[in-house]
Amino acid sequence: MSLLRTERLKKHFGETRAVDGVDFTVNEGEFLSLVGTNGAGKTTLVNLISAFLSPDSGRIFIADRDITYSPVDERIRAGIARSFQLVNLFDDLSVLDNVALAIFARERKTKRMFVLAERDAAVTREATDLLGQFGLGGNAQALAGGLAQGERKLLDVAVAYALRPKLLFLDEPTSGVSTRNKAQIMDTVSSVVRRGGITAVVIEHDMDVVFKYSDRVVVMHEGRFLADGPPEEIRQNRDVATYLLGTDVSD
Amino acid sequence: MNAPQAPAIGRRAAGAGLVLAVLLLVPAVASTYQTQLLTYGLTLAIAALGFNLLLGYTGLLSFGHSAYFGAGAYAVALMMRYLGVSSMELFILGGIVFSAALAALFGVVCVRHTRIFFAILTLALSQVLWTLAYKFFWITGGTDGIRVPFSKLTLLGGLVAFPGADAFPRFITSYYYYVVVVFCVCAALMWLIVHSPFGKTLQAIRDNETRARFLGVRIWRYRWLAFLVSGVFTGLAGILWVPLNGLTTPDVLYWPQSGKIVFFAVLGGFRNFSGPIVGAVIFNYLEVYAVAVTEYWQITLGVILIVLVTFLPSGVVGTAARLSAWLKRRREASA
Repeated sequence: MSLLRTERLKKHFGETRAVDGVDFTVNEGEFLSLVGTNGAGKTTLVNLISAFLSPDSGRIFIADRDITYSPVDERIRAGIARSFQLVNLFDDLSVLDNVALAIFARERKTKRMFVLAERDAAVTREATDLLGQFGLGGNAQALAGGLAQGERKLLDVAVAYALRPKLLFLDEPTSGVSTRNKAQIMDTVSSVVRRGGITAVVIEHDMDVVFKYSDRVVVMHEGRFLADGPPEEIRQNRDVATYLLGTDVSD
Repeated sequence: MNAPQAPAIGRRAAGAGLVLAVLLLVPAVASTYQTQLLTYGLTLAIAALGFNLLLGYTGLLSFGHSAYFGAGAYAVALMMRYLGVSSMELFILGGIVFSAALAALFGVVCVRHTRIFFAILTLALSQVLWTLAYKFFWITGGTDGIRVPFSKLTLLGGLVAFPGADAFPRFITSYYYYVVVVFCVCAALMWLIVHSPFGKTLQAIRDNETRARFLGVRIWRYRWLAFLVSGVFTGLAGILWVPLNGLTTPDVLYWPQSGKIVFFAVLGGFRNFSGPIVGAVIFNYLEVYAVAVTEYWQITLGVILIVLVTFLPSGVVGTAARLSAWLKRRREASA
């Protein structure tokens, strides 16, 4: 059953057709990778769906509800959350506070003015537990700005995950980290996301990561979909090999 | 959320208790004049607390907080002149309603903008208010202002009054304790606010507006609420200040008054809770003694401001905290 659907979604920047009439479907429970060369339109597509950008035309539906012109907060309540390509955290707050804030926001408790945040035992417990799942339990009291890049990437995902979305977009969760850390991050993220029963769309450049963790791979090229299928099928696709991998499957 | 919190809260509570004990002793050991000076300092500290909710915790620099300080002061003066009110509690009630209404209105205009645009808008709006107080002289008294004599004032629902010309020292002592109580309530409330989910959300908006938006936080609403609370605190400072000063004039609405409030935060340090409080009290002494010592007192204050921004950007309290942390590290290293 489809959780997200776009119809002829379009976003042009002058002559550049970043997203060019895309029909995109994400099925419930899948771990989908969105791949493509730089400028293929992957991040723009996620930006359109998450309300970071407005489309020129087309429609966006989540669980058959039209959210094309809904503001960010409504889309979050509809079940969409995202992390960012460039890590987006509250650097002067503690790691625990970063996650707790997402929980307060989800529970609509952020307007509470005359109660100590730390006294909300349920929120603190959930935030601590979540940090443990992401392997950040030991850093709970550290400032987010002081974490290593790999930890910051994980925290970025944890903050989005704390919103308990139905659909989680992860924009290059392993960019800027070492090969060893990449596997560690993806192992953690995929296991937490799958355990939580959350549908995930990951933008990723590393094809080894893509083929290892994805249920389905969608390849974008110049604002359109080039291929869509399970990892094995994509690995054998001639167009993908030509445009994305720079090789020929016959090789 | 920053567990373990209990020892830290205990230490802070003990520190606050010690400060309160010292404050309560002041009238017994200091002259009427010194008590009066400290009363001024504490009222200004309430304005600094309110101002810093915007600057330190929300990341918005207001150059127009004289509007709310003046609104509080004028609310008292107008209530006394036209309604014959003498109760300080009624002044507080009426002044808070007036400054809250003003902050709510101005906030709607200002909070959709940030950085220089926000600062300019707040400045412009405060200047509008200054012009109104200046031009509508048949209501506001124009440049002469409106007198608020302490002899007409009553505290605690009329239980404490100050009739007669020789009642001034008694007024200062009583009013000092009154201001100390209000100041303590304000400091405790503001401490609660900045450590609440709301306060954490403001800090999140300050640090990363985009991410806060992608948590579902409606940024403008929170900025507006912070603006409102900030205006109310600053208005309350104006309410408490005017009986002490005995007079309000359009000067309290003019931009240098806003500049002074910014100075409090810079002097004490706006990235910590107590910085603006300390800054306001020190500024009050600096201004009084600089005026007494030299006719070029504005230059003196200007030089202090330049030195602060250049060499002590974290202010007096921030620098003291860093120095204390450095000494602690050194002690641990040598142990």
